[in-house]
Amino acid sequence: MKTGILAGILLATMTAAAALAQSGAPIKLANVAELSGGGATVGTNWKNGIDLAIEEVNAKGGVLGRKLEVTHADSQSNPGVARAQVQKALDGEPYVLLGPGYSGSVKVTAPLAAEAGIAQIMGGEAAELTQGGNKFLFRTSFGQQSSMPKVAKYINDEVKAKSVAIVWVNNDFGRGGRDVITKEFAKLGIKVAADLSTEAGQADFAADVSKIKAAAPDAVFIYLNEEESARILKELKRQGVSVPLIGETTLIGQKVVELAGDAANGARGHVGLTTDAPVDLIKAFREKFVKKYNYVPDHNGLKGYLAIYMIKATTEKMGKVDPKAFADNLHGLTIKAASEPGILMDATFDKNGDIDRQGFLVEIVDGKQVIKQVLPKLN
Amino acid sequence: MSNLLDLLIAGLATGAIYAIVAVGFTLLWQTSQTINFAQGEFVMLPAFLMLAAMHVGAPFWLAIVIGMLLSMLLLGLGFKMLLVDPMLRHGVLPLAIATMALAIGIKEAVKQFFSAEASPFPSIVPSGDISILGRQVALQSVGVLALAIAAVVGLTMLLNRTSIGHQMQATAQNPTVARIIGIPVERMILLTFLINAFLVALASLLITPIYLAKFSSGEVLGQAAFIAAIVGGFNQVRGAIAGGLLIGVVDNLAAAYVSTQYRAAVPMILLILIILLRPQGLLGRAEERTV
Repeated sequence: MKTGILAGILLATMTAAAALAQSGAPIKLANVAELSGGGATVGTNWKNGIDLAIEEVNAKGGVLGRKLEVTHADSQSNPGVARAQVQKALDGEPYVLLGPGYSGSVKVTAPLAAEAGIAQIMGGEAAELTQGGNKFLFRTSFGQQSSMPKVAKYINDEVKAKSVAIVWVNNDFGRGGRDVITKEFAKLGIKVAADLSTEAGQADFAADVSKIKAAAPDAVFIYLNEEESARILKELKRQGVSVPLIGETTLIGQKVVELAGDAANGARGHVGLTTDAPVDLIKAFREKFVKKYNYVPDHNGLKGYLAIYMIKATTEKMGKVDPKAFADNLHGLTIKAASEPGILMDATFDKNGDIDRQGFLVEIVDGKQVIKQVLPKLN
Repeated sequence: MSNLLDLLIAGLATGAIYAIVAVGFTLLWQTSQTINFAQGEFVMLPAFLMLAAMHVGAPFWLAIVIGMLLSMLLLGLGFKMLLVDPMLRHGVLPLAIATMALAIGIKEAVKQFFSAEASPFPSIVPSGDISILGRQVALQSVGVLALAIAAVVGLTMLLNRTSIGHQMQATAQNPTVARIIGIPVERMILLTFLINAFLVALASLLITPIYLAKFSSGEVLGQAAFIAAIVGGFNQVRGAIAGGLLIGVVDNLAAAYVSTQYRAAVPMILLILIILLRPQGLLGRAEERTV
């Protein structure tokens, strides 16, 4: 009898200790990103943004009193590797999955996270990602279905181009953007003078630029990843193409400006996130990032940073750390910068996981992003 | 027509760089039966050595000198003494595999010590246009082409007009006889390694402003140079030059007139055709070996 009572007390003590340990245990996050390969710029910025935000959150006591802890895995910018890394990450039962940044990698990993019932906060921008009914996938930036109409409108209204050459990268990201903007051009009566598909990691753009010159368009719409954007900008300058060069975030990011040098001057387009935005919280973020990493981040650094504050705000709203309920609570949530400064700008997440936030029209002038216009949040 | 001219000029400029790298390929094969599968990485590394020199405060010209000297030390002397000499006695194939391992080692080391991200690299040729036959042509294309041609002409003159060149040729054709008649064969072989290291450093200087400095940029270059060397003739310097120029032009024309997706396949198809129809390469010789 005595033995039974002792065993009962011991069991109760162990259970209580385990519960206590659990409540104070770090919240585990898993990040799978493009830390090498063609998307290294994307993944490195994203990772550094995450690390900076986690450091801040933990320094202020964590989330609901628990520290955040993240593991980083390299997808090598390869969807196959990304899938394997995400499977491995999910086996570790993270609270939320972060990344990848490439749309192609997101496309193949999203079903795994959804099956595990784990929310995935990612950097992909292909329109189709959030249109397949996946209830666990969330964007940190605009999808192409939000950004491309704004770019097409700008080309029509401001640039007044009647014919445009489209240069796109032949992957899910590029193909998605090209499809959306082509439809928008058709609506506006803009002719596609040349439709040029290029390869991810392509080093030599001489032939593509020659084709652009031969097509003699009023403007060129460039939708490539960062490094390829820099290479084509240099080649366009080398071959003396002087028509307006217009794109989206990947054409006018910090890394592109750094790599392309003078050739980036004059490039313009729409960006959802930029560290040059006239927003005090973003300026403060930029200062902190530069102090820690000694370089100016591109929009991917902002995305990684925001992802952590999305987790913080949602979890604090729930009042508990519940991976299964996380996605439901983030749908329809508006996070205001006034109450959660880490979110930098007011943001609303709809039922598909798409984001609504203010955006910017930008031009590169003397190697710097200059904001030409602020586009307000829709809702 | 003007489009074709642009494509030809751009193709020749890139092809000239392939030619420099391919010449190095053939030199190593001629004198020491080394098939260097790390040749592309040999082109990638000097740019990072120059960037490192600039990072510690050296001006660009000094960084070029430092990068060239370090390349000759590491990719010339070091490569020969630490990898080729110990491996060659085990045959050509183990050495070829060892160079594949070296390629991976160099790539990963650059990724580790520098970054997986691309870095900008200054151009030795100023930007701007010049007028040729009434057409505006990018100074960079012309400059790259001119420097590459100068390097190739210089090398050809060294091989054909100097005593050292003749000794190198003798070493390539028959090392045993060369040794009997008093030619310092080992020194000649070392010299070809140093020349190869100089050529890859020069190619690095010319191509990196266009391709950007990145740990993986050697993959494309190594493959292009290898194909160029075989297409032109693995046993002839002039074959490697012709092969390089041809591959550069074919690659650009394929991207413009065939498809960007299949552009990488077109030089390969050319390679297959050459192997089937003229195994010694366009300018190669069937039997003998010569520099």
